[in-house]
Amino acid sequence: MDLYEYQARDVFEAHGVPVLRGITATTPEEASAAAAELGTPVVVVKAQVKTGGRGKAGGVKIARSPEEAAARAEEILGLDIKGHVVQKLMIAEGANIAEEYYFSVLLDRANRTYLAMCSKEGGMEIEQLAVERPEALARVPVDPTVGIDQAKADEIVAAAGFDEADRAEIARVIQKLYEVYVAEDATLVEVNPLVKTGEGRIVALDGKVTLDENASFRHPDHEALVDNAAADPLENKAKEKGLNYVKLDGSVGIIGNGAGLVMSTLDVVAYAGDQFAGKPKPANFLDIGGGASAEVMANGLEIILGDPQVKSVFVNVFGGITACDAVANGIVQAFQLLEGRGEAVTRPLVVRLDGNNAEQGRRILNEARLPGLEQVDTMDGAARRAAELAAAN
Amino acid sequence: MAIFLNSDSKIIVQGMTGSEGRKHTQRMLDSGSQVVGGVTPGKGGQSVEFGGTTLPVFNSVGEAVEETGANVTVIFVPAKFTRGAVVEAIEAEIPLCVVITEGVPVKDSAEFFTLAQGSKTRLIGPNCPGLISPGQANAGIIPADITQPGRIGLVSKSGTLTYQMMYELRDIGFSSCVGIGGDPVIGTTHIDALQAFQDDPDTDAIVMIGEIGGDAEERAAEFIKANVTKPVVGYVAGFTAPEGKTMGHAGAIVSGSSGTAAAKKEALEAAGVKVGKTPSETAELMRQIMKG
Repeated sequence: MDLYEYQARDVFEAHGVPVLRGITATTPEEASAAAAELGTPVVVVKAQVKTGGRGKAGGVKIARSPEEAAARAEEILGLDIKGHVVQKLMIAEGANIAEEYYFSVLLDRANRTYLAMCSKEGGMEIEQLAVERPEALARVPVDPTVGIDQAKADEIVAAAGFDEADRAEIARVIQKLYEVYVAEDATLVEVNPLVKTGEGRIVALDGKVTLDENASFRHPDHEALVDNAAADPLENKAKEKGLNYVKLDGSVGIIGNGAGLVMSTLDVVAYAGDQFAGKPKPANFLDIGGGASAEVMANGLEIILGDPQVKSVFVNVFGGITACDAVANGIVQAFQLLEGRGEAVTRPLVVRLDGNNAEQGRRILNEARLPGLEQVDTMDGAARRAAELAAAN
Repeated sequence: MAIFLNSDSKIIVQGMTGSEGRKHTQRMLDSGSQVVGGVTPGKGGQSVEFGGTTLPVFNSVGEAVEETGANVTVIFVPAKFTRGAVVEAIEAEIPLCVVITEGVPVKDSAEFFTLAQGSKTRLIGPNCPGLISPGQANAGIIPADITQPGRIGLVSKSGTLTYQMMYELRDIGFSSCVGIGGDPVIGTTHIDALQAFQDDPDTDAIVMIGEIGGDAEERAAEFIKANVTKPVVGYVAGFTAPEGKTMGHAGAIVSGSSGTAAAKKEALEAAGVKVGKTPSETAELMRQIMKG
């Protein structure tokens, strides 16, 4: 889960990382009140969106009075920044910036360790710096069992080439940022820019934090950071039911068991769709897991049929531990459950059962004569049929 | 011979007294694996009945290894206890540790992976289905009855795609099938398995299944080019996955332009690997190789 800048600021502050004051606002009036409350000669009005390049897109502006803050807020609210519509702002104290640096610590998947990156040349997009002047970006591996202790922090600031006079304070802030990384179970903590003010203070002026959702059992407080308003309503509903669902924009609803098989199903449907009018595409990712019980199947179908774009549904199950006869019974019961909920299955359903007891499973579905349900024995063939039905409806 | 697991493997199950552990211990026994005991702290001295087989429960991995001579542990404990269970297995110097548990925080995985480096323990997983050497042993949750022994090696990030491939090629059969898991940090990688299959005299060809996220497939492609002489067929899932969305597996995410399925396919093809468009087409490519 990615945090908004204002959430990252709060988390930084809680761990002793020096930050500037900031107040969120969702209207020009609130922006004006926030500027008045901050009371500094200059404030910065910053769009809160989970994407980079805000400054260039006109999402960060300076204001010198509460009235100006309201005017800037008016301009920024509703702005579309790379597909993210600005609904929230942070009004932050203005800073007297002397120098801009960069620091991040993140999970290095390739080396299965942590990596700290640091540069004296912050402010610009770090991907650009990494390509254009790689020597200006220090990359220091961090042992997960040791972390960024004093020695490692000293190594990082030396590698980045900071002036001797600044090293101690920057190293101190880096250790605090690492504390955020481990204490909050983050997979990324990035500060760009980390600034030195005219007064010589080191301050995190921006913050990007990604939290590991697998660690949420250690962090009940992270629940409050979830922005349900920004997520798709069907995704929220699926989450409530404990389903692993991602909304896409096609017309073939997909249910399968196992993340890899479902990803593969989306691809196979997209290929098959190319042959038909309107090129139907997958409408969603939905992994119902190994068990595929009647209730989970019913919940999955309900979510998918709740998507008005869906024209046909493809149920792709490989019967392993849960054999196909059990899955078939689950589908039959799911139809009954849905009927009981007043959510009868109104769109055509293509089912492919393969694996253990596939024959028995197919027989159960044939004998049940479920309305609109047809079976195809291969994954590729079933994908083609589901795409064809979506194109025809 | 097979890789990592064979008929001499003696398996213990950490979390055997839990419902998942119990269910899969039974299945491992049914498929002919030598499961020799379980570990549940605080329940040492008890025993569990598995349709005719009585297995002892130990308080620690160290104790279980000493008493039974176990050389493989399969971990089913809940995510919040996984780190402790793996560390215990590493400290007991057990040669193979298979972590089935899904949802392990990546900080915990990064820590126990670091500890496993330079230890006597090979780690597989977490968030994986385990591995099977058909006809010899099964360590994890892979259904044993969907394929047969043969000479294809299989390594995959995905559980169900592993099963699908095992089933499609059941007439030819497999030496070993290794599910390495879909988390961002995993113990055994595609490269480790490719190396082992290359060195295994009982494996003639290799199927490698990858998916979006990270660059493990790209690095495996480089490795294949330099080190693997046996034919390799590949499959990559997730061409239609949108950027920035996690697709089920914690590691399956396209970030910006990195981790895409297209880049992985291209890298594999550049290394001479035939890449199938669908799982069935991939199986067909392997069938052609094995049928010569």
